[in-house]
Amino acid sequence: MSLFKDNLVLQAAGLTKIYGSGHTEVLAVRDVSLSVSRGEIVALLGPSGAGKTTLLTLLGLIRPPNTGRISIDGTLVFDNHQAKVNVRRFRRQKFGFVFQKTNLIPFLTAAENVRLAMEIDDQPARATRQRAMELLEYLGVAERARNLPSMLSGGEQQRVAVARALANRPSLILADEPTGSLDGVRGRQVMELFAKVAHEQNAGVIVVTHDHRALDVFDRTLEMEDGQLRKSHN
Amino acid sequence: MNLATKDIKHNLGRFSLTSAGIGLLLMIVMGMGGIYRGLVEDATLLVERIGADLWVVQKNTRGPFAEMSRIPRDLADRALVVPGVETSFGFISYTIQRSYKGKPLRLTLQGLDWAADSGLWLPIAAGRSLGQAHYEMVADITSRLQVADKLKLGKNFFTVKGLTKGMTSPSGDSMVFMTLTDAQAVQYDMSPESIRIERIARVNRLFNMDLGQIQPQLSERASGLSSGIPALGTSMISAVLVRVKPGYNIEGVAKQIEAWPDVSVYTEQGQKQLLLKGIVERSRRQLGLFRRLLIIVSAIIMALILYTLTLDKLHDIAMLKLIGARNSVILGLIMQQAILLGCIGFCIAYLLGQWIFPYFPRRVVLMRGDLYSLAIIVFVISILASLLGIWRAMRADPGEVLA
Repeated sequence: MSLFKDNLVLQAAGLTKIYGSGHTEVLAVRDVSLSVSRGEIVALLGPSGAGKTTLLTLLGLIRPPNTGRISIDGTLVFDNHQAKVNVRRFRRQKFGFVFQKTNLIPFLTAAENVRLAMEIDDQPARATRQRAMELLEYLGVAERARNLPSMLSGGEQQRVAVARALANRPSLILADEPTGSLDGVRGRQVMELFAKVAHEQNAGVIVVTHDHRALDVFDRTLEMEDGQLRKSHN
Repeated sequence: MNLATKDIKHNLGRFSLTSAGIGLLLMIVMGMGGIYRGLVEDATLLVERIGADLWVVQKNTRGPFAEMSRIPRDLADRALVVPGVETSFGFISYTIQRSYKGKPLRLTLQGLDWAADSGLWLPIAAGRSLGQAHYEMVADITSRLQVADKLKLGKNFFTVKGLTKGMTSPSGDSMVFMTLTDAQAVQYDMSPESIRIERIARVNRLFNMDLGQIQPQLSERASGLSSGIPALGTSMISAVLVRVKPGYNIEGVAKQIEAWPDVSVYTEQGQKQLLLKGIVERSRRQLGLFRRLLIIVSAIIMALILYTLTLDKLHDIAMLKLIGARNSVILGLIMQQAILLGCIGFCIAYLLGQWIFPYFPRRVVLMRGDLYSLAIIVFVISILASLLGIWRAMRADPGEVLA
């Protein structure tokens, strides 16, 4: 069911997420609506505890909202807390994730980490090898393809994580504090990389960040406070 | 790309140590089964080797192995005239303990009816079987005796002329074979003082009877050798081994002999059953129970190991879920490692066992069927043990990656 404009990769409406119940009830996200277009890179700002990461888990189909609707690539995925599709397959095929900690699988090399995302989607081994090398080259870490994550620098690990996120040609990339463990220069490089990916790969990118030094690379910034989206700047 | 093997390769030291631990545990399980088989084989070995169709023993006893049996030696001659009997040999069996080179030496002596039976049926590993009527013996290799060793038993020295392999009694003692006459001499050996006392007592008993008072010259005979007194019974043996002529019904011959009021008769199968149900039954059940417990313990330990290994990977598993991996990918990662752990553990158990089991005090017999059964059991417990880890992995929340 197509509810939204064709160039919108994400459309969320009236999202609410409540943790706990009774006296321990916490309203983490309240009535949030947003949309992201293809090729657009959006920053999600806000103080700690504002609900940014919770919103990311809802948009990333990791946890269901209590109320609200989420559509990805024109397909309704969540209608209130009910999943309308196989969310794991949807994550595999439509999403790329990048985190503050790179979360690379420690027992796989850089290339294998990238291939993994494709192999779990049943892509042929030869094609995954080729694509993994292309991506590592695109991100400037091809020479570290055979190295384990523990042998890479923080910046290199983050590039490999971005390569993994791009492996399945996702429609939407969600990044949670991707520059949190990097210095200013490397942090900016990563943000520019996301902008490049959004524009060149035509993917929607949402980046949760505290880093205000690189906001100029974003097409749009959203500010969140107390579980609600407060401001939006273009 | 196989995640299980990649993870193992990355944590090779830990996986190797874990496999070695599982291997040692499985080796004990394997050993228990082997000891049980050894027990059964030891119990029935002699009966099978001798190959007698019938065992004639003292009336109402289950001799000569399950309990003591005493029958006169000339019973072998009586049995020989029964229609259908081809051969009948006297047989004696008892256990002694001596000191040899400063260490205790337990031997189960088997007396063979020389010269009809010189032990040609024995599995000789070195030397030869019995070659003369006296002072020779054939010992099992487990006794630590060597060919040409001399051992004093009773009043005589016996020379080891040959060594057998795998001839141990149901209680695990090494068997020693000598002639029936020598075995009797050792069994009934008395010290000179005991003989003197017995002779004096014999003379006293004689003079307490009318016969002694009427014929005092009998005291001369009574104070002499026991063998010189015709009134004393013939020497006693444990059993008579009967072989039935071809074409005769073994049960029919057994019935004829059993009609005698002083003996009980067992077929070879009956004798084996006496050994298995009597002597080794309790040990067999004990070992079986212990083995089952060890299998359960192994399964629990394997489950805990796999659970711990899964906990260590929980973040990676959550990550796999987050990027959309199917449950089968995660299940495969844990189950393949569990099966690999079980397989490697089994191989280590087998190889270690081959090396260590020969040094066990009891014989350990690894039968192919038992090994196959254990392999299947290990495979099943590997799968069962992985279920706890799989259950935990299935509960892993992909949202943990963002925490």
